[in-house]
Amino acid sequence: MKKLKLFAVLVPLLWLAACSSTPNKGMNEGDVAVEDLSAQTSGVNGQGNADGSEYGSETQVVVGEDGYQGNELNDPSNPLSNRVVYFEYDSANVRQEDQATLQAHAAYLAKHPNVTVRLEGHTDERGSREYNLALGERRALSIRQILMLQGADISQFQVTSFGEERPAVDGSDESAWAQNRRVEIVYLGR
Amino acid sequence: MFTRWLKTVALLMFFVPWPAHALLTIEITGGSEAALPIAVVPFGNEGFAPPEDISSIISNDLKSSGRFAPLKQSELISQPHEGQQVNFADWRLLRSEGLLIGKVSSQDGENYQVQFQLYDVYKSQQLVGKRYNVPASGMRNLAHQIADIVYETLTGEKGVFSTRLAFVTEIKNADGSKRYALQISDADGASPRTVLQSRQPIMSPSWAPDGDRLAYVTFENAKSEIFVQELSTGKRQSVASFRGLNSAPAWSPDGKKLAVTLSKNGNPEIYVLELSTGKLSRVTHNSQAIDTEAVWMPNGREILFTSDRGGRPQIYKVNADGGRAERVTFEGNYNASADISPDGRMMTMVHGVNGKFHIAVQDLETGAVQVLTETRADESPSFAPNGRMILYATEQKGRGVLAAVSVDGRIKQRLGESGSAVREPAWSPFKK
Repeated sequence: MKKLKLFAVLVPLLWLAACSSTPNKGMNEGDVAVEDLSAQTSGVNGQGNADGSEYGSETQVVVGEDGYQGNELNDPSNPLSNRVVYFEYDSANVRQEDQATLQAHAAYLAKHPNVTVRLEGHTDERGSREYNLALGERRALSIRQILMLQGADISQFQVTSFGEERPAVDGSDESAWAQNRRVEIVYLGR
Repeated sequence: MFTRWLKTVALLMFFVPWPAHALLTIEITGGSEAALPIAVVPFGNEGFAPPEDISSIISNDLKSSGRFAPLKQSELISQPHEGQQVNFADWRLLRSEGLLIGKVSSQDGENYQVQFQLYDVYKSQQLVGKRYNVPASGMRNLAHQIADIVYETLTGEKGVFSTRLAFVTEIKNADGSKRYALQISDADGASPRTVLQSRQPIMSPSWAPDGDRLAYVTFENAKSEIFVQELSTGKRQSVASFRGLNSAPAWSPDGKKLAVTLSKNGNPEIYVLELSTGKLSRVTHNSQAIDTEAVWMPNGREILFTSDRGGRPQIYKVNADGGRAERVTFEGNYNASADISPDGRMMTMVHGVNGKFHIAVQDLETGAVQVLTETRADESPSFAPNGRMILYATEQKGRGVLAAVSVDGRIKQRLGESGSAVREPAWSPFKK
């Protein structure tokens, strides 16, 4: 089954790769199709999904097996429903208005030591991409630090940076940039 | 100026069989009087017609360098294809210093014989002449090779027309999701072909000195990871997937090592990875700062990198085996993404001024900085292997495009690809 799915992904990719290039002009570079593995990490009950959902765009919390129901997390009036923290330009400092959100997440994580979250750091598009990749990590680590100081355990975190590569909003103005300088808190279940 | 530019575009559309998704436009700003007039006569044809218009490709290559001013076809006084048909007095009247003529013939439409002769018009002398047998599929490459020979014969420097560009494209699907491709094209943007596709971002392509391997960063395993891919075989291998960041690969001049950025010990630092053994040695030690974007000096002993250890990103230099880093950039509060000219004398970088990001060059001897671009979102500068031009990414109407500028800022080119956003260009080394 798994193999079949992989095949189903690879064949169209190879076909696309072949179509998107003009006839070979004497170069022999080989095309490589990448199997997208990221979706497997988002399968909450251990089920990989080869043609899967977009990584990093999960907003739904899926219910795990050991009793934590997503009531609190899914209640829109609960600060836990707020999963994104924003930053100033070239800064990893947490803003005052986000403290309550982070306190709520820290308390939740402390109360549910089996729950893990992925902290995804992002930046706006300005400046060097590589520097921004590092800045995204710095932001995610800064959030982890605060959540740990308030009772969460280091084992409950995955930290990933996408730098400026996965903007929440396309655009090149201050409003888009402000929405893109962020850390997303993604509950992974379990 | 503008009408001349329009005419150029019209000429290109008419004569050059561009693939629908590649177009190079050239604007030459500043004194183009330095450009050498040259007559590139349309090549003659016997038997089957060639699949590419060789003389147009050559002419366009020469023009794009900014160092040549090919005569317009309407100005050509006659159309010789062989030496005995050339009347030098005619060409002197046109004040054309160089004259290129040639011929393409084929009996079967598959294999072609191509010959060319380059003349010094004032000396009435042949400078170089060659004959080739080439399959139809090799015609465009041959045209670039001939342009390289003409360029080198008349300027004394190597041409870069048969080198290649690597870059990343992003295409938005109808459902809003995105797909990414690592592509390689000719130096003029023609014949783009995909060497890697992913639904996750691809970053930081870097050419090995052998011109057959690319290192790059992908997120296909849900985090940044460095791969090396061999272009001739398509074989690829993950070379760094430590916890934390795995990014910014840069080849050592001998092609045996990669300088990389890793945060496996908690903070982004520069490491050198020996590819044959996997041995890692740490180069920078600054636990508060972001250290990234290493690039090797051509001597292979020193590394330049970006660091915010002084508060804002600036460029520093350090020995490849570690030691104390010394700051290199002092002008402006944002300098990043350095690349070094092949002779090691010039550095290009992203130079931030008042929230705008331009491409600049800095003379590494004198420290003098010259800002080369006026656009506000310029990034990822990459030297041509002859050190004459700098390729970079910029934005046009909110979409990523590639552009190039000469080291003196006089010549500007723009390279567009419709339908996808293009970024992170890397200019290949010379073919080995």
